[in-house]
Amino acid sequence: MEKRLLTGNEAIAEAAVRAGCRFFAGYPITPQSEILEYLSRRMPEVGGKFVQSESELSGISMVYGAAAAGFRTFTSSSGPGYSLLQEGISYIASAELPCVIVDVQRYGSGLGDIYVGQSDYWQAVRNGGHGDYRTIVYAPSSVQETADLIAMSFDKAEQYRNPVTVLSDASICHMMEPVELPEMHEHDPNQYDWALKGKGNGHYKRITSALYDIPDFDHYIAEKYRNIEDNEQKWESFRTEDADVVLVAYGISARICEETVLIGRENGLRLGLIRPISLYPFPRQAFRELNSRSDVRAYFSVEMTALHQMAEDVALASKMRCPIYAMDGGMTVYEPEDILKRIKSALSGKERTVFQA
Amino acid sequence: MIRTKPKACYLDNKYCPGCGHGIINRILAEVLEEMKVDGETIGAIAVGCSSLMPDTFDIDCIQAQHGRAAAVAAGIKRCRPDKTVFAYQGDGDALAIGFSETMYAAIRNENITVIFVNNGNFGMTGGQMAPTTLEGQKTTTSPKGRSRAETGDPLNAIQLMKTLDVAYLARGTVTSSANILKTKSYLRKAFEMQKNGMGYSFVEILSPCPTNWGLSPLKALERIDEVVTDVYPLGEFVDKSGGKN
Repeated sequence: MEKRLLTGNEAIAEAAVRAGCRFFAGYPITPQSEILEYLSRRMPEVGGKFVQSESELSGISMVYGAAAAGFRTFTSSSGPGYSLLQEGISYIASAELPCVIVDVQRYGSGLGDIYVGQSDYWQAVRNGGHGDYRTIVYAPSSVQETADLIAMSFDKAEQYRNPVTVLSDASICHMMEPVELPEMHEHDPNQYDWALKGKGNGHYKRITSALYDIPDFDHYIAEKYRNIEDNEQKWESFRTEDADVVLVAYGISARICEETVLIGRENGLRLGLIRPISLYPFPRQAFRELNSRSDVRAYFSVEMTALHQMAEDVALASKMRCPIYAMDGGMTVYEPEDILKRIKSALSGKERTVFQA
Repeated sequence: MIRTKPKACYLDNKYCPGCGHGIINRILAEVLEEMKVDGETIGAIAVGCSSLMPDTFDIDCIQAQHGRAAAVAAGIKRCRPDKTVFAYQGDGDALAIGFSETMYAAIRNENITVIFVNNGNFGMTGGQMAPTTLEGQKTTTSPKGRSRAETGDPLNAIQLMKTLDVAYLARGTVTSSANILKTKSYLRKAFEMQKNGMGYSFVEILSPCPTNWGLSPLKALERIDEVVTDVYPLGEFVDKSGGKN
């Protein structure tokens, strides 16, 4: 199969088109604006619709309408704009509609800055919007994986009738790598009986919070997400078989950690890496075998956040059987040397654990 | 002549006694059925009193977020251009929280029909001041009467939209049989514009809210005729049905 050299943003846009997505509405914000630029050209070529909306609030509302009409649809944003999407994401989840949301993470709260960051973890994984819902969250760590996960996201969104979030970052979305793109897929917007197309000669349909139609809704929604948690955990374990110090990292940080594991092993450290690909559901199954071993001495959550956002999930998954450390930082991509220095320091008892009482 | 209730009004509505929404739901249903588009129509329904409509209205509908009905409707229409798509919104929804979505649907000349029910307050939440509340009008959040100095002028959406390239702008009311029939003809024209691909149509309907105005249903109608229409005059303001204007 032919490979093309694409940036992460281009891979997002092209993979979505190939997944049969025919409606995109979004608003420019760095570092994801190239997704809009690409689709403004590409959507008309395939008979799709592209709208540059007046705001993210409006863009996600158009996506809500398009999803209700049965179309494959997505929007993308970053940081401040991702905050504005949350209203619509909650409505789409509440109405049990499928769609894909891309958040290309930049640094910081408020305006923050446009360089790479990973501090939208809590917002994406714990939910930025109101109420009892989750979105499945995938975090690619290469351009190829970006394309693959986008294609899968549309399928999973329909399988569970739930929004799926792809949490990229400013590094992965701007690097260029060879990509084998998914095959062109035709999506039939009339294939689902829940899609709005006019009542015809039948009865009306309603798209609104599912709670109005589903008896025992609390139990139903709990079961829905339990089912996702049981069946949709995705991760990659690297050299964990004999590791006694396990790094946990996603996205750009995971790439650095893979190198760190190799350098560490050359220097006598038995390092391993768990790379969550799904952040919700967090891959707790990846920790199962490690939790039964007595030689695991520490976990390191390596993420670009000062508040150790993912470390909470590492604590839950590891059941805190051994100390959990995290890199302090957020503004810069770590170097393997930084991580190794921190590991050595922690193993000699000089570092504070994240959840020290 | 035997008049029957439109099929789409399949249950008695749930609005307060004397509310104008019930009449508006009915003439909307009549227009859709007379045009024979009721089976291919999709409505984006606002938050507020408007959200009671889907409970008793036999037409495909989606509950939009507060203020975003025009954007939701635009998303549907762009995907399914062969369907008849409308947004049904109150004044708090369309002009306060949804001002941007309302205006930009008009700016883009989206080929949708917006039905804008103006009763001068936030009815569902108990009668707070809305962008359309008249100067001096008392509401639960303007207890001494709306002050221009603090809140500006009552907002006239049609006045703003007149400067844009849209297909149809009209304002009617439901205070008499004659006004109801005239308003129904505006709705009909609006949906015909959409059917002919002319672009954005917007029908504002001045509607009584006896509950929150603290008036009897009849006095509420009189207030519209005597006071509200001075600020919000009735009529057609843009009409491109003849290909001109």
